[in-house]
Amino acid sequence: MDLSAILISMGGMGGIGLVFATGLAIANKKLYIEEDPRIEKVNDVLPGANCGGCGFAGCMNFAENVVKGNAPINGCPVGGVETANKIAEILGVEVEAGEPLKARVLCQGGLNEMAVKGEYMGLESCVAAHISGGAMKLCEWGCLGFGDCVEACPFDAMYMSENRLPVVIEDKCVGCGKCAEACPRNIIELHPVSHRVFVKCKNQDAGKYSRLVCTRACIGCGICVREAGDDMMYMENGLAHFNYDKWGDRNELPTQKCPNHVLVSLDEEGTDS
Amino acid sequence: MELLVIFISAAIVNNFVLTQFLGICPFVGVSKRLDSAISMGMAVTFVMTITAVVTWLIYHLLLVPYNLEILQYVSFILVIASLVQLVEMFIRKVSKPLYDALGIFLPLITTNCAILGLALIAVLREYSFMESLIYGIGAGAGFTLALVIMAGIREELELADVPRHFQGAGITMIIAGSLALAFMGFAGLI
Repeated sequence: MDLSAILISMGGMGGIGLVFATGLAIANKKLYIEEDPRIEKVNDVLPGANCGGCGFAGCMNFAENVVKGNAPINGCPVGGVETANKIAEILGVEVEAGEPLKARVLCQGGLNEMAVKGEYMGLESCVAAHISGGAMKLCEWGCLGFGDCVEACPFDAMYMSENRLPVVIEDKCVGCGKCAEACPRNIIELHPVSHRVFVKCKNQDAGKYSRLVCTRACIGCGICVREAGDDMMYMENGLAHFNYDKWGDRNELPTQKCPNHVLVSLDEEGTDS
Repeated sequence: MELLVIFISAAIVNNFVLTQFLGICPFVGVSKRLDSAISMGMAVTFVMTITAVVTWLIYHLLLVPYNLEILQYVSFILVIASLVQLVEMFIRKVSKPLYDALGIFLPLITTNCAILGLALIAVLREYSFMESLIYGIGAGAGFTLALVIMAGIREELELADVPRHFQGAGITMIIAGSLALAFMGFAGLI
């Protein structure tokens, strides 16, 4: 073994490497690009989940657009007010605090409530069941119960109850809207946290039929609208709706007379059930 | 005359992409649009030319005198990686849209086997300095040619009524195969 061979090869390779490294270092200086340093800073305070909840392709893209002024400072639904404040600090502007959004499941038709029309033996997926005519539940509007939303949730903020209904864990939900996108029946909606009462049904069938398919269906009787009065609620397509602009963040229900208990007020623990 | 033969051989008859099947990855990846295909071709041509020259210098002035031929792979890759880095910086500086359009395929020139292949083949054939230079330019030109032809066809293809089962990757493979067949026709040229 000739030791000099090793030394020569080390020296040779090291020399070549050194020459190229120097060349690249000089080139880096010469070809340096002025990139807004704020983009990197904004990107650092973002959650980095790349969930796309803001509508841009990932956090970096959002950061670029915020700095350019194309995206609102509070555009990140995940980071919420905290992140918005940090971004505002970097960019030196004031934020108008955006209200955090939470996913709400607007269906109470679990296994116990819904009428069954037959046995479903297809793919265990809401989308597949929806396309092929809707699993075993008779309701054409309600939850299919295969948990596409739970699977879509990037934050583990949802689970399926024993009653085969998705449950949102409010503390974990960041309002990115992935679950709402995944639901083929649009049962999940994003609501500001100040919305405390909900019409938990999407069934637009005539009352006679909706009463058949589910014990928790809105039959469009309009009792709640009359009881609430003063434009607090309204009927649309045979379905009751809250007028949240007027109702505000009140937590009590306008009436206890809803025959199917479709009106639901969030309880203190805040989890959606 | 000898140099012209080397150039034509590298560019057309023994085209790196279509005859020797080196560097297929960018050939399929960056051939969707003509302008980015041309830019990619230029970038690869630049890297190939400089690589041919620098590797010749390193091989004949450093590796051979000190019996270090065993290090040719490592040193060649070092050369290629540095050059690609340089090209990347340059393109990013000159044209950000082009940088975005080339995307991952720009740094991937580093691992483009056409370039390492070029350096190794030049050593294998014992080319002189000038021959290596011309070989590098010819190979780059051939690569650009193949990429531009492919991109031209694929741009036209956007408007063509491709049978459903051939759409996307399928038809691309078929076209690449047809092009390779066509280039076989040059086989007797030299």
